[in-house]
Amino acid sequence: MTSHRDHAGRPIVVVTGMGVVTSLGVGIADNWRRLAAGESGIHAITRFATEGLKTRIAGTIDFVQIEQLSSPELSERLAEMVAEAAIAQAAIGTRGDFPGPLFLAVPPIELEWPQRRMLAEAAGANGTITNQDLLRGADTGRFDSFYRRFTFASVADGLTERFGTKGSPISLSTACASGASAIQLGIEAIRRGEAEATLCIGTDGSVNPESLVRFSLLSALSTANDPPQAAAKPFSKNRDGFVMAEGAAALVLESLEHAVARGAKPLGVIEGCGEMADSFHRTRSSPDGKPIIGCIGNAIADAGLTPDDIDYINPHGTGTPENDKMEGLAAAAVFGERAKRLPMSSNKSMIGHTLSAAGAVEAVFTLLTLEHQTLPPTINYQIPDPALQLDVVPNVARAARVRHALSNSFGFGGQNVSLVVAREPM
Amino acid sequence: MADAAADAAREVWITGVGVVSTLGEGVQAHWQGLNAPPRAADPATWAPFIIHPLAALDLDKQIPKKGDQRQMEAWQRIGTYAAGLALDSAGAKGNAELLARMDMIVAAGGGERDAAVDTTILSGLRTSERPEAFLNERLMNDLRPTLFLAQLSNLLAGNISIVHGVTGSSRTFMGQESAGVDAVRIAHARLQAGQSEIALVGGAYNADQIAALLHFAMGRCLWKGELRPVWDRAGAGGMALGSLGAFLVLEESRHAAARGAKPLARLSTVVSSHVKRRAGAVTAALAQMWSTIAPRRAAHGLAVISGATGVEPATSEERAFLSAQGGIAMRATGSHLGHALEAQFPMNIALAAIALEQGRLFHSFDRSGLEHAMDEPLRQVAVTSIGHWRGEGLALLEALDERMIHDVPSRSRR
Repeated sequence: MTSHRDHAGRPIVVVTGMGVVTSLGVGIADNWRRLAAGESGIHAITRFATEGLKTRIAGTIDFVQIEQLSSPELSERLAEMVAEAAIAQAAIGTRGDFPGPLFLAVPPIELEWPQRRMLAEAAGANGTITNQDLLRGADTGRFDSFYRRFTFASVADGLTERFGTKGSPISLSTACASGASAIQLGIEAIRRGEAEATLCIGTDGSVNPESLVRFSLLSALSTANDPPQAAAKPFSKNRDGFVMAEGAAALVLESLEHAVARGAKPLGVIEGCGEMADSFHRTRSSPDGKPIIGCIGNAIADAGLTPDDIDYINPHGTGTPENDKMEGLAAAAVFGERAKRLPMSSNKSMIGHTLSAAGAVEAVFTLLTLEHQTLPPTINYQIPDPALQLDVVPNVARAARVRHALSNSFGFGGQNVSLVVAREPM
Repeated sequence: MADAAADAAREVWITGVGVVSTLGEGVQAHWQGLNAPPRAADPATWAPFIIHPLAALDLDKQIPKKGDQRQMEAWQRIGTYAAGLALDSAGAKGNAELLARMDMIVAAGGGERDAAVDTTILSGLRTSERPEAFLNERLMNDLRPTLFLAQLSNLLAGNISIVHGVTGSSRTFMGQESAGVDAVRIAHARLQAGQSEIALVGGAYNADQIAALLHFAMGRCLWKGELRPVWDRAGAGGMALGSLGAFLVLEESRHAAARGAKPLARLSTVVSSHVKRRAGAVTAALAQMWSTIAPRRAAHGLAVISGATGVEPATSEERAFLSAQGGIAMRATGSHLGHALEAQFPMNIALAAIALEQGRLFHSFDRSGLEHAMDEPLRQVAVTSIGHWRGEGLALLEALDERMIHDVPSRSRR
């Protein structure tokens, strides 16, 4: 009988169900097929007018119909879709009765412009609109549905009710690392013996004019609008920013013991997780790369491995000049000479940056990489950056032997999380 | 890091508290403030709603760089300031080695906005021929680039890392009162299980901003009219929001003893719940959570510090439940401080720790007749959270005798 404990005597945590939606489509099969084919989901924005904006492209999800579109509404809908799929694949619990807690990475929520305009109209103000007008509008009693929808806890509340997860659901944000943080919290709960199974979701449906402008004003976005599919070019010399995108992924995590006992098939193992925050700057990494080097090192050590054991990296790989430079530097520091040969391909070249969802979406894609023993490519890699001596799996997928893979997520605000994933328990 | 099955010898101590509110800053100001009649709230700025404003802070004391202060909005400054006080209180400030492995969980809202830009755009949109293009143009030209960083929920934690150097880990929970409860719960669980040795946990809230008022006005959960104690707001009740910040340093007991840190109290239990608010649901949640602390309840010296919001019927259910627990003295801090959503539970844990350290419960000035005096020494405090819509939680804090503090065996490193 194989052991159900890891190198540190903790319960081994496996994945028994996955769901994903990105601009490439719905579900594991479609996403993997298009990812392996090197296809892009980035397109011109049609959801709102882009006149006057520097960036007019994104990986929005336009094939999901929402009546009253808002970021929390779409984020919740996407989370429902992926959770439904993950729970079905795991075949765990009974319908509406998931036997564990929910950890949800979700974008911060606030009132949006259409709703703000309705408040102003409700106040019936003539001329210049003031805060007092808005308050009067809000106090008319006609906006309880807005209050509910734009309450931070409402997305998790809806999911808890639908899937019957146990206990208080945790909504979290570590910016672009949020999805990985949700998985990390799930792993820790299982390791503590608090839960046998957890539902970990990252979701983001927050592309709207103001969110786009905010990133644009930080000079974080690619402005290579034409053609949209070529805009995201991680690790290229001419990379000029990330492309905002929407998506969601859910993972059912379970102790190996629990999965085996109920006859569930593990899809992969989350061997380790690590984090380390950066104290250097609100949007820039510490120039010596110490926090991300430490974060990667912590994850590998937590898995009981050494850097030599890692066969593939699913990098944060946003395509901003700064991120990719720092990530190349960190790879060289952690993996030494091997960094030049160690494949490291960015999903974001195809699906854009799914922000709060990215860590979860990319964990799912890393698990699929292990399952298929195929490395998805970094597309749009036409002009190599001589400063980054990396094997980015340029433009075309390829077969490879992958036993242990690393998935990195680094957030604005200095919050870094890395996961180590394997196909089989050691 | 060993997260083996919980080691029974592991205890969680509170070794630092940092608090700022309408009562001022720090332990003394809060102890004195709670033992005096509530300060006047501000009924005018956001009339017809009432807020409890923050006392003036000398920001330079905890956020020395003006550049850092400018990069934050008020809620982040409040929180970064309170976090600095907590680190000072724990003797951890500036200890780079300790801060580099200190874990952090922040309970945050976010979304402070530039109200002048918003109202100007709204005014312009009314008459614009092409509102979508107008909105894009104004946003591109009028939003300050750095405002985004002042809005993001995770950037309070980011600022604490930058200003104070806490970098072991950084997580931000969102979701109003439940975020505050679960931040403390998860930090406590990780310490108890050996997944962490020291953690900074807390939150901050700025009530003095339009986005906060608008949100809760839409939900009709704000109190209007003459301010009354939270227990005594008739009808649908309502909240008076309060600006405050509260951070705790939680520490594994042997780790604390080994570095000579002086604990204020033991954090024995933290639980949370999640219920749909139908009649009786709050009572049931409280009963279930209360049962988790019952085995530890001492014969004497238990008090309750309540996070009651004033929103009905939740507050009445809590009031009835607690009243039925055998004459326990209780205090609702919302009557003094206002309600601060994510930050209220960490604040009430801090206030409980301060009271336990003082050895007695603070006075009551509650006119509802519910909060009776407590003459016996304070040994245990149960801290409740019944959030305005969701967010049920309960913690038990216990006094630490000198003997207990000194008897902790020094930590053996595995």
